[in-house]
Amino acid sequence: MSTVKLYPPKPEKVYFFGTCLIDVFYPGAGLDAVSLLERENIEVLFPDGQTCCGQPAFTSGYRAQAIDVARHQLRLFDEPWPIIVPSGSCGGMMRRHYPELFDGQPEEQVANSVAERIFELTEFLVHVCHVRLKDHGPDERVAMHTSCSARREMGLADTGPALLRQLSNVTLVEQARASECCGFGGTFSVKHGKVSQAMVEDKCAAIEAAQAEHLVTSDCGCLMNIDGHFKYRKAKVQGEHIASYLWRRSS
Amino acid sequence: MSVKTFTPAAFHHQSAQALSNPQLRHNFRGAMDGLMAKRLGSFDSWDIEALRDLGQGIRQKALRYLPDLLEQLEANCQRNGITVHWAESADDAGRVITELCKARGAQSVIKGKSMVSEEVELNARLAEAGIEALESDLGEYIVQMAEETPSHIIMPAIHKNTADISTLMHQRTGTRETNDAEELTHAARAQLRDRFQTADVGISGVNFAVAETGTLCLVENEGNGRLTTTVPPVHIAITGIEKVVAEFKDVPPLYALLTRSAIGQNVTTYFNMISGPRRGQEVDGPEEVHLVLVDNGRSRMYQDEEYAETLQCIRCGACMNHCPVYTRVGGHTYGTTYPGPIGKILMPHLLGLNTTKNLPTASSLCGACGEVCPVRIPIPKLLVRLRNEAVGEGKGNIEGAGSARRPMEAMGWKLFSWLARHPRCWRVGVRVVQACRSAVPKRVAPWTDNRVRPTPAATSLKQQLAQRRRS
Repeated sequence: MSTVKLYPPKPEKVYFFGTCLIDVFYPGAGLDAVSLLERENIEVLFPDGQTCCGQPAFTSGYRAQAIDVARHQLRLFDEPWPIIVPSGSCGGMMRRHYPELFDGQPEEQVANSVAERIFELTEFLVHVCHVRLKDHGPDERVAMHTSCSARREMGLADTGPALLRQLSNVTLVEQARASECCGFGGTFSVKHGKVSQAMVEDKCAAIEAAQAEHLVTSDCGCLMNIDGHFKYRKAKVQGEHIASYLWRRSS
Repeated sequence: MSVKTFTPAAFHHQSAQALSNPQLRHNFRGAMDGLMAKRLGSFDSWDIEALRDLGQGIRQKALRYLPDLLEQLEANCQRNGITVHWAESADDAGRVITELCKARGAQSVIKGKSMVSEEVELNARLAEAGIEALESDLGEYIVQMAEETPSHIIMPAIHKNTADISTLMHQRTGTRETNDAEELTHAARAQLRDRFQTADVGISGVNFAVAETGTLCLVENEGNGRLTTTVPPVHIAITGIEKVVAEFKDVPPLYALLTRSAIGQNVTTYFNMISGPRRGQEVDGPEEVHLVLVDNGRSRMYQDEEYAETLQCIRCGACMNHCPVYTRVGGHTYGTTYPGPIGKILMPHLLGLNTTKNLPTASSLCGACGEVCPVRIPIPKLLVRLRNEAVGEGKGNIEGAGSARRPMEAMGWKLFSWLARHPRCWRVGVRVVQACRSAVPKRVAPWTDNRVRPTPAATSLKQQLAQRRRS
């Protein structure tokens, strides 16, 4: 698949794939993402049967199990609407890996169709909705962590920061090694706990060194990791999903 | 514990040790930050993506015709007077080289930098035959003096700082202690100089072996490569069978990618093109030149369309320099000749997954390695494939497949998969998790070693959306 994505005009409706982490741990972020989309006069469809994109099994080596999970998700998006995913890693799984998992399979065509219609939330807000955000919040210094999947699998290093820059009272700070992984990596954080811990400590130190008061990210895995460490240290920096941050300040 | 006894099986233990060594972490962090910045700067005026496409194309073309190109290389080398030897295993390589040395009655060998010689543990094999091998690349010289192995494929002694090196050289060679890196370099140079003159054999690696012309290209900065390959009466070049390229015109793009990706250098101080022994009236150059082509598991990788991509590697080390895991634990932690991301896919093929199964999982799959690889090896994709093989779910014929399979884990993923295909049951599962939210233990190691535990929300997104739509 080409890395250049041609963006469609703003649609009437979109599908929303909430992701399992948001569903269970950060439902507020999902709700705020839906609010952001609805404010753009888009009807948000939430397919009832959605569960998980299958990425955890895929990256753990359980490919057949991941394919089974993915096959189930493929059935949720019958109409040709874009599919919005508020996570770079689930979005990356569905856009990049679904076509490869179903290559030569009966579901190949539908997998490709789903993949082409996958948009990460900030990508969709910037490139399809062309949102203009009005900032009602106080002056604040904010650090953005773009997940590795959003950055490298989906090529979306700039969409999150672009939205934050629209907030007139927000100063987006420059962190050292901003493109470096926070150390989450799903089962990596458990299988290689100590390495993962060292990585999140460094990430948090870089955010603090940039004198950020707030940390936003477009991925709940990274959020759980980075904010989890800040909270463990009782640090001042507050972590939040970018959807909640944008909605809170602009609504 | 000496790094020589490190093993890939003990990766967890070794990584914990490395992480608790602030000096080591400082040395690697500083060096890798510098290398990343230099790399970026050196590609400044280039269309890096186009150059990477070209590099990938050249390497893929070479691999597609690998058997033919190797025969062509052999024929053209022989025509140039270079004797070609084939080594199927590390043992074979060691035996061939030892015999070549013995045939000349060699007592001492001077070596240029060669990772393949590390891979086949050549120095130890020569020592068994009573032949002394001295490393002449500065980094390798230091590592050999410290009785260690390289911690990086381009910069073998990158784990040491100037003070470490000064102390080491003082202890082993009586060099005056100093913090002046240049003074230490001059001292090492003086110590090595005579050894080039007295060595019976010079052994080097090869960066590109050109099939079309039978030329061996050697990239280096210190001049030790040139001395190693020209001063002693015998030159033995050792390399992996994948290092062949089809034509001479394939070399410049790969060279441009190699030096920039490796250390952010536009051009190296030396670029040697070795095309045979001393001829007729020539006054210098070796009397004999040999090329030892090592397989050691490579042709098995070649059989698999995906794993074969690993053989595109030009050994620049950029994947290591950009790896957040390598940067923190250093090269010795991997316990293998080739560390870092490329090592994590290469070594399971060379050693089998039984001992290396902890390597493919030692990645957050952040993709930094794949992003910088000059020949676009899809390292993250191959790591996922190896995980698939390691847990016994794959189809490859890699040795030790299934050795990381844990029945409970496999059951867990099957249950996860079943639930994710049965949304009603999944919802019940979500509600159970919610009901038990206060029962989640405060400490869930290793997660809570330095993070708070994640707490499920009282109601799920699905429930909250349904509620909102009703109101």
